[in-house]
Amino acid sequence: MQDNHDNEAGNRRQFLKCMAWAGAGTLWLMKGGVLRAQPFGDGALTASLADASFSFAQISDSHIGFHKEPNMDVVGTLRASVARVNAQAARPDFLLHTGDLTHLSKPEEFDTLAGVMQESHVRKVFYVPGEHDVIGDNGAEFFRRFGERQHAGGWYSFDHRGVHFVGLINVLNLKAGGLGSLGAEQLAWLKKDLAGLSAETPLVVFAHMPLWPLYPPWGWGTDDSAEAMSYLRWFGSVSVLNGHIHQIQQKVEGNITFYTARSTAYPQPAPGVGPGPGPMKEIAPGALHRYLGIRDVRHVRGRQALAVTEEVLP
Amino acid sequence: MKAMAQGFTRPRAPFWRPGVLLVMGALCCVGVASHPAMAASASALKAMQTQQIGIRNFAFAPATLSVPAGTRVVWTNQDEEPHVVTSAGSLFASSKGLDTGDSYAVTFSKPGTYAYYCSIHPMMVGTIIVR
Repeated sequence: MQDNHDNEAGNRRQFLKCMAWAGAGTLWLMKGGVLRAQPFGDGALTASLADASFSFAQISDSHIGFHKEPNMDVVGTLRASVARVNAQAARPDFLLHTGDLTHLSKPEEFDTLAGVMQESHVRKVFYVPGEHDVIGDNGAEFFRRFGERQHAGGWYSFDHRGVHFVGLINVLNLKAGGLGSLGAEQLAWLKKDLAGLSAETPLVVFAHMPLWPLYPPWGWGTDDSAEAMSYLRWFGSVSVLNGHIHQIQQKVEGNITFYTARSTAYPQPAPGVGPGPGPMKEIAPGALHRYLGIRDVRHVRGRQALAVTEEVLP
Repeated sequence: MKAMAQGFTRPRAPFWRPGVLLVMGALCCVGVASHPAMAASASALKAMQTQQIGIRNFAFAPATLSVPAGTRVVWTNQDEEPHVVTSAGSLFASSKGLDTGDSYAVTFSKPGTYAYYCSIHPMMVGTIIVR
């Protein structure tokens, strides 16, 4: 796995070869609001697979257009993530991309992203934009290509096998000195969207930026997330999935469990470690894949809990 | 200058004679004493009229800049991450997405206080005070 040649093509070949090998992974089982980690290959995983009614996979922060250390080939690592999802024994019902598809919102970056996502055996992909996808046009190009077109603001919801999913937009109309923002109009819509549901309905809410104050000094949070959470508190099982920070962070707050996903492109430092939230550049050759990943979520019928599987690129 | 050109074009000319060198030296001295002096004042004026703001580690440096009216302010992104210079209240035009090494310049002609931020990382804020 270690390859210290200066030859970049050789490194890349070795890197891709590494990714083609079976690798380590972690299964997150949510039980009673507490998350438990188990390695892949463990017998418990098979058991949890057996009683799952469906699954979906989360991909995040592919940053197509980024071409610096530690990852000169973000297309290759996204492609590897998609291949990893394709290799799952049980095909996920759909994919979720939680934003920062591109690095600079360029049309050619969106083209490349769309092309790689078409390699997925899973037909349906739900997207929400990251702040990198709305540069210069407030997301017009993003929504034209990847929007669900339910509402002018871009937010949407859908039901899937008894679970209510909500996609929120928190990267637009940001205020100077602030964090991510949902805005009054979206909050009013969310309140109305949830009004008709019974408290037993499992909820999955997803958006790009963390919907909890994870680390505000680095902008890792959403100004009006507390208001949104006040609408979710009445439900028995709520999972909030975010991207943005390129690493796994979790938090349990009553019935609400928050997760952030890894990036398929490059890792960022832990909150407050180092001068800022830029890419971690000094990663040992062959080790990058350990920081990248996809997330596979299985709905376990009956317990109304979600088993969240975090898998690093092999 | 004409003498120097002749010196170079005539192979047999006693170009390296101390006397010629002296003349050249004198010419050079005249040059240093006159034109660069003008250039120096021009560049000093230009430096006064242009101020640089670095964007690094998700912050504007300096965060607050006080300049005389007419100053051209140049932001340069030194982060791996793109940034967008955006005026709070749209008092000046926003930049495009600035990738690593990209710059954006605005000339501030009217006195006032111009707050700005990065539209994709809004915790990044800065102020230009134009006197």
